[in-house]
Amino acid sequence: MIALLIRDMKLAMRAGGGFGLGLSFFLIVTVLVPFGVGPESTLLAKIAPGILWLGALLACLLSLDRIFALDWEDGSLDLLATSPLPMEGVVTVKATAHWLTTGLPLCLASPLFGLLLSLPAEGYQWLVASLVLGTPALSVIGTFGAALTVGLKRGGLLMSLLVLPLYVPTLIFGAEVARRGAEGLATTTPLLMLAGITAGTIALLPFASALVLRVNLR
Amino acid sequence: MGSIWEYANPVKFIRTSEIVLPWVSILATVTLIAGLVWGFFFTPDDYRQGSTVKIIYLHVPAALMAINVWFMMLVTSLVWLIRRHHVSALAAKAAAPVGIIMTLIALVTGAIWGQPMWGTWWAWDPRLTSFLILFLFYLGYIALWEAIDNPDTAADLTAVLCIVGSVFAVLSRYAVNFWNQGLHQGASLSLDKKENVADVFSTPLYVCIAGFVLLFIALVFLRTRTEIHKRRTKALLARERLG
Repeated sequence: MIALLIRDMKLAMRAGGGFGLGLSFFLIVTVLVPFGVGPESTLLAKIAPGILWLGALLACLLSLDRIFALDWEDGSLDLLATSPLPMEGVVTVKATAHWLTTGLPLCLASPLFGLLLSLPAEGYQWLVASLVLGTPALSVIGTFGAALTVGLKRGGLLMSLLVLPLYVPTLIFGAEVARRGAEGLATTTPLLMLAGITAGTIALLPFASALVLRVNLR
Repeated sequence: MGSIWEYANPVKFIRTSEIVLPWVSILATVTLIAGLVWGFFFTPDDYRQGSTVKIIYLHVPAALMAINVWFMMLVTSLVWLIRRHHVSALAAKAAAPVGIIMTLIALVTGAIWGQPMWGTWWAWDPRLTSFLILFLFYLGYIALWEAIDNPDTAADLTAVLCIVGSVFAVLSRYAVNFWNQGLHQGASLSLDKKENVADVFSTPLYVCIAGFVLLFIALVFLRTRTEIHKRRTKALLARERLG
């Protein structure tokens, strides 16, 4: 399992433009927002938590098809399926690698982007906390979407259609934590809900992903 | 009378549905016409809402069906995954377009009703939002069926999507509740509450709901039969090409 994790991380980092592409996308979205809505810092401060969460979500979505597509094409997915590692384990490792290469950098870089959108000072810790808690769910749900559409040509658009509705609860609670944090309100309830969603998806969704992956490899 | 699983045999299903379908269709037509005519022309106007209240005869049954069709798809998907009855998977496929149209009717009639009553076509109210999300789930489900060539793979993948989607749809439903109660009223047709819609309005409404349910049953029968026939034609063509 660890070998697979290391392999996936190396592939993501060395294959041109894989690693950091999500981060650059996040940066571009953040930079474009003031062009769209105007540079008033009061308005930006108000919408910053939501925009940052949306940006993180889209950056995550952008890199999902990399999870299985390359392994599917060169046949290494078949090898993984016949390896002693159960499919659920493969899927979990894939999701973890995806989170380490997209979710974690996004979390670490988000305060910087918050600065660009004049996020209030109280908001930073809550923004980072909500992203750290929420982005694993995004990776796990995304892995499910990627597993569903792995056999399809031009599955990218369909995958967005399938995955984005599944992101709704995570987005609602994640953005709520960040917003309440920025406004100095109590954040415990949405934070717990967010953590619950993440824990639930990590525990259950790999089984569904493994199931559809097996169907696709049949 | 054998077990219910006998009807999972496509031949048996086709034969039974051939007998049942005309009756259900006639019954659906009669009930729908009766309910809608009764509701539209023979009920008094509401003293506050005027005649816009009559949208209820389309809005409530459609909304009810939108959710229950998804629930039926969930059950048939589970049956497919567990017992591998093809008719079950095809019934889920047949129901989805009906469900999405019901969701659309509920959303559109709701908007038309909301405009004079709330002064807005759309609000990010929990109920409205969750219906929009349900609409997206239907879209994704149908798109996945369309995208996959192999029918068994498609049935498997859409069934899993339906189950996972159900969990997330319920989650979203309660997540949007988090914002506020919103503009939409609570349930006013429950069996266990004292204050309900007045009988003059609710009796034709029940007739309309029955009509929508019958219409749905008729459509699913019809569409499932079409799917079975389509599959058979495909098999015959393939055999001809070989022989």
